[in-house]
Amino acid sequence: MTQAPTKHDRYLADFEGFERDVAARGPEWLHELRQRALARFTEVGFPTARRGNERWKYTNINPIAEGTFSYPFAAGEVDGERLHTSIPWSDDWSRLVFVNGLHSAALSSVGVGADARSLAEALRADGQPAREHLGRYVTIEDDAFAALNTAFVHDGALVHVPKNGSLDRPLHLVYVTAAGAGPTVSYPRTLVVAESHSRLTLIETYAGFGEGRYFTDAVTEIVLGEGAQVQHYRVLMEEPDAFHVGITRVHLERDSTFTSTLFARGCAIGRNDLLATLDAPGSSCFLRGLYLTSGSQHVDNYVNIDHTQPHTTSRLYYKGILGGKSHAVFGGTVFVRPGAVKADARQEDKNLLLSDEAEVDSKPSLEIYADDVLCGHGATAGTVADDALFYMRTRGLDLNTAMVHLIKGFASEVLDKVEVEPLRLSLDRLTTASLPELQPGLVS
Amino acid sequence: MTSRGANHNRPLLEVRDLHVSVGSVEILKGLNLTVNLGEVHAVMGPNGSGKSTLTNALAGKPEYAVTEGKVLYRGKNLLEMLPEERAREGLFLAFQYPVELPGIRVREFLRTALDALREHRGLDKGSLREFNKLLQEKAKELGLDEELVKRSVNEGFSGGEKKRHEILQMAVLDPELALLDETDSGLDIDALKVVADAVNKFRKPDKAILLVTHYQRILNYVTPDFVHVLIDGRIVRSGGRDLALELEAKGYEWIRDAVESGREISV
Ligand SMILES: Nc1ncnc2c1ncn2[C@@H]1O[C@H](COP(=O)(O)OP(=O)(O)OP(=O)(O)O)[C@@H](O)[C@H]1O
Ligand SMILES: [Mg+2]
Repeated sequence: MTQAPTKHDRYLADFEGFERDVAARGPEWLHELRQRALARFTEVGFPTARRGNERWKYTNINPIAEGTFSYPFAAGEVDGERLHTSIPWSDDWSRLVFVNGLHSAALSSVGVGADARSLAEALRADGQPAREHLGRYVTIEDDAFAALNTAFVHDGALVHVPKNGSLDRPLHLVYVTAAGAGPTVSYPRTLVVAESHSRLTLIETYAGFGEGRYFTDAVTEIVLGEGAQVQHYRVLMEEPDAFHVGITRVHLERDSTFTSTLFARGCAIGRNDLLATLDAPGSSCFLRGLYLTSGSQHVDNYVNIDHTQPHTTSRLYYKGILGGKSHAVFGGTVFVRPGAVKADARQEDKNLLLSDEAEVDSKPSLEIYADDVLCGHGATAGTVADDALFYMRTRGLDLNTAMVHLIKGFASEVLDKVEVEPLRLSLDRLTTASLPELQPGLVS
Repeated sequence: MTSRGANHNRPLLEVRDLHVSVGSVEILKGLNLTVNLGEVHAVMGPNGSGKSTLTNALAGKPEYAVTEGKVLYRGKNLLEMLPEERAREGLFLAFQYPVELPGIRVREFLRTALDALREHRGLDKGSLREFNKLLQEKAKELGLDEELVKRSVNEGFSGGEKKRHEILQMAVLDPELALLDETDSGLDIDALKVVADAVNKFRKPDKAILLVTHYQRILNYVTPDFVHVLIDGRIVRSGGRDLALELEAKGYEWIRDAVESGREISV
């Protein structure tokens, strides 16, 4: 299938300017990687054809493909005070802030002992471990969005936790799109290398400031060495009209543990890929997610867990709260490769529909090619239980309060597991603040 | 303790010719009942006779449509109040089948409920410390694990825990009229005593209790002022404590026969 050339023109033109002005300095291998990525992107194009394409079956990305988003050559500005009050925040966290994809030293603050840097800086120095790992997990073959991000790879975060090391406090990576002239696109890139027996708590936040349509094409690669433990949070609070496509790949070595919680407030189109490879015995991942969609928003979560080795464990628990005419998709696949005996996998996706017109396509699936495994999956979609509402009202709670408690109770099964206290409180507040959008008329 | 009929000029609840339908099926077919302050009324009757329909209709469950009759609560029209208004006016229902509330913790739930009731009564919010103390105390009296109040309401509770938790709510919210729908079912002997103690403690001259049960066993502990027999949507016979014993000995057929032959007795 050929793409209308105009769809790529903008990106090709941007790329020329990007290579000339932004990414001129830098190592040769990176230049080559970008060239190959761009070629790959123009070759495959955006996955607009959905027929037979399981990965994009329920999400129409034409609004992204047909949009004209340009690279924001001028760095945007964000008021620090406003940033502080609008997104999860704690002065105790280390943070790296990126505005329109570029590192803002003024807004960042990294504690001692943490090797967390601007990727652009690290790449200028051609430093390890970027060279060894960048593009190794999320490859340009993954899909057009990964290829496009890689073509424009420049800035983002490089986090390196050495062997036996640990960051004494959570590290917050903040990717902000600031209002600019016309719709822009940014290409946040995150590379996290947690060496053996290291520990890390990482929060990635994606947020928009100012009205408008913009497009975030984000890639995150996380590598866990033997026995490493990474606690990961991903907070999506893009503007309601924005487009977000993010792909995260996690690679796990022996006895390592990856715990992740996604919090996704809806946007025009939001897509989150989380692909974890349990590549050595004893590795495990625990994935939770909460997505809230309202109006005509669309959120698509695509989770793929690959058990390649014996004695690997995965748990997935996602929940969605849907209002208005919004649409949510959950596609989860657990692969158990031949020989991956004693694999233990469970996944569950539960949805609460607050309106008759909201819709969910939830398709967890298992592909098992090994014997002696323990696997299960389930998906549910239901409305607020009348019995529960009545029960609460007989205790004196009015309908509104009962409803608020029920919805928040539903969310709390994911949020209560957030171990970073200020983050949990913040996500609680974000959920509460979303209620009037999720269910018009509700007072939170 | 109040004796039988001592407060008959202080009616708390007056049910007159109550007809209730669910969907197109009429379940209560002209039910009459007066409960005065200070009284304990036991309602007995076969499965499906309409006991829970009565308690649910009194509590205001939306799908229970009152098609005829009236209900006065302290002289006010109960039927035009929302369920939460009834609760705030002092009505409490201990459910036959308590409902699970995932993600809503007992302690926070009860605190929210108590705040709503206190606000209605023109009281300010009590301190959190006092509340926690009260809750802990009552939970202990009911033999409930203190960790239970940190769990989601009714989720994963055993049958007996659910029933005791209903009584815990009653004890904390301190209503005026308690409708206990088969709270004794599913309780072991010790739990039954504990629950009966709590009910007796609640029993006061300015309160009233309507106790739905299948077994006269609980009536050994909570002595009722009246026993009513509900069959096919009507109260077909009322009497004192002895009526329960008679029912236990003879079953419901005996009353059905008596009613069919026209010897209906009402109080
Ligand atoms: N929500 C409902 N939908 C349909 N039928 C109902 C509903 N509630 C009650 N009924 C019917 O009304 C009748 C009376 O039910 P109710 O629950 O009041 O009986 P009960 O006397 O409490 O019985 P039990 O002793 O078994 O608890 C039954 O036939 C029942 O199936
Ligand atoms: Mg019943």
